[in-house]
Amino acid sequence: MNFEFTEEQLMIQQAARDYAQRELIQDVLEREEKAEFPARHVKNLAELGFLGMMVPPEYDGGGMDSVSYVLAMEEIAKVDASVAVIMSVNNSLVCFGLNKYANEEQKQKYLKPLARGEVIGAFLLSEPEAGSDATHQYTSAEDKGDYYLLNGTKNWITNGSSASTYIVMAQTHPEKRSHGINAFIVEKDSPGITVGPHENKMGMRSSDTHSVMFTDVKVPKENRIGDDGFGFIFAMKVLEAGRIGIASQALGIASGAFERATSYAKERKAFGTEIINHQSLAFKLSDMAVKIENARNLCLKAAWLKDNHKPITVASAMAKQYAADIAMEVTTEAVQIHGGYGYVKEYHVERLMREAKLTQIYEGTSEIQKIIISRSLIKS
Amino acid sequence: MKILVLISNVPDTTTKVKFTGDNKSFDTTGVQWIINPWDELALTRALELKDAGAVEKITVANVGTKITEPTLRKALAVGADEAIRIDAEPSDAFYVATQLTQVAKDYDLIMAGIESSDYNGSGVGGMLAEMLGINSVSAVSGIEIENGNMTIHRDIDGGSQTLTVPTPLVVVVQKGIAIDPRIPSMRGIMMARKKPLNVVPAVDATPKTTFLNYELPPPKAACKMVDEDNAKELLRLLKEEAKVL
Repeated sequence: MNFEFTEEQLMIQQAARDYAQRELIQDVLEREEKAEFPARHVKNLAELGFLGMMVPPEYDGGGMDSVSYVLAMEEIAKVDASVAVIMSVNNSLVCFGLNKYANEEQKQKYLKPLARGEVIGAFLLSEPEAGSDATHQYTSAEDKGDYYLLNGTKNWITNGSSASTYIVMAQTHPEKRSHGINAFIVEKDSPGITVGPHENKMGMRSSDTHSVMFTDVKVPKENRIGDDGFGFIFAMKVLEAGRIGIASQALGIASGAFERATSYAKERKAFGTEIINHQSLAFKLSDMAVKIENARNLCLKAAWLKDNHKPITVASAMAKQYAADIAMEVTTEAVQIHGGYGYVKEYHVERLMREAKLTQIYEGTSEIQKIIISRSLIKS
Repeated sequence: MKILVLISNVPDTTTKVKFTGDNKSFDTTGVQWIINPWDELALTRALELKDAGAVEKITVANVGTKITEPTLRKALAVGADEAIRIDAEPSDAFYVATQLTQVAKDYDLIMAGIESSDYNGSGVGGMLAEMLGINSVSAVSGIEIENGNMTIHRDIDGGSQTLTVPTPLVVVVQKGIAIDPRIPSMRGIMMARKKPLNVVPAVDATPKTTFLNYELPPPKAACKMVDEDNAKELLRLLKEEAKVL
């Protein structure tokens, strides 16, 4: 076993930290308040190569490993979970899915600009009536010979408006249920696509979440990913890996809140001493530290398994469920440690608490992760 | 034009400074090392000049043991073309400047930060120029190169000075030389793998300085707050306690 990071991994971690602490921190509160998309930061992060970090260099990516990705995601999410989710969707859903399953022409045409971050992507699976139960896709993709005809509505789409490239799951053979689902690369400006209004969210307000409607949208046959009926397996495999991104985002939200709570507890005085000297708060911080360390180890273990081409289903589910749940706990305690100051926006921890909540819901709720983990126990 | 940027490897500026038990040396346990911030600004300006097409090659050089290599590779990742590490413990400014003379001969411009953030000696740049027998300019806050001609701006008491100086030249740079140090990109980090980092053996030299012992500055006294309408009390404190009046 080796718990040491390579020099390169540390350099990537530091680069992400520098960007977050120098740039993101400056306008995170304002963007959050106004629900404003971080266009300038997305452009800068693209130039630094953070939007296609794990894509091989031959497709214009950074060629880095998943461990580096976890380290970078944590640093970005410590400061700004909205930017972290934009980065996560582009890296671990869209770029990962195309790099692993798209054919050469699709990679040349779509993966390269996504990996360069010139455009960003979105992953369209959830529907108004199909969230956790993704087998029931109501969006249809009728096979018309040369093309597919898409009709239906997708919900809760991160980067819904800002993305140029969509990966859309839709049902082609309803009788085959999940085996009839296909995944398509769809250009957002295709005729027949309507993007709904920006969802007014509780947290991660600077990331744009929309519903997307498809009305007789023609998708060229060559834009289907994999064989006919591969879409559901594609979506599940991509989400399996994508969970590492959201787990790391949750880890970052937790560690960001923890760092703020610790430094506050070292400065703030009550009853004649810094509040960190009061055992009731010191033990809270101790518990938070242990949970964060556990979450980090789970994230890194899942990333290591992925980098070593080993099965990650259970490891990524564990990382996602645990990191998301402790992010909620840790951020709640961070607000508590800050007292009244924790409840106002300037101190950031209330925002981190609102952001943590979403990590328990999206890309597979904590309950879905428990289903994955417990099924593996039943099978074993 | 070829530029050599001198790089000091220093503890991160947020490091909690500790000494070994006998107070004879700095305790490096758990220390995170970075490029000396002044040297990083020098490098940033060198990179800007290269981007503008005025410079063909940037080399970075450091006197240090193997622990300084991550710092040098970061310099390569942000855009330096080549790195040189002179394999020696950087004992004092004289020793470091002596070591650097062996690698600093073929450059048009040598850039050094005004001081290193660890020992703040401010000695290496000037000494190196003297040892090489070339010009040096201190406290440089701006460098422009146009058609191969260099213009240098310095801050001086009460104003600023603009100079042209023939190369080869050492400039010791300070605030204003560049704004934001660069963050390495993934591509830069990847390319740094392939760029040369040459390790050069040290030459014989005897440091001129011996460290006797280290001590931390006394802790800052607590801040006293005085009501804004109580100027009399403020004056009394300044006179009787702070004894500055």
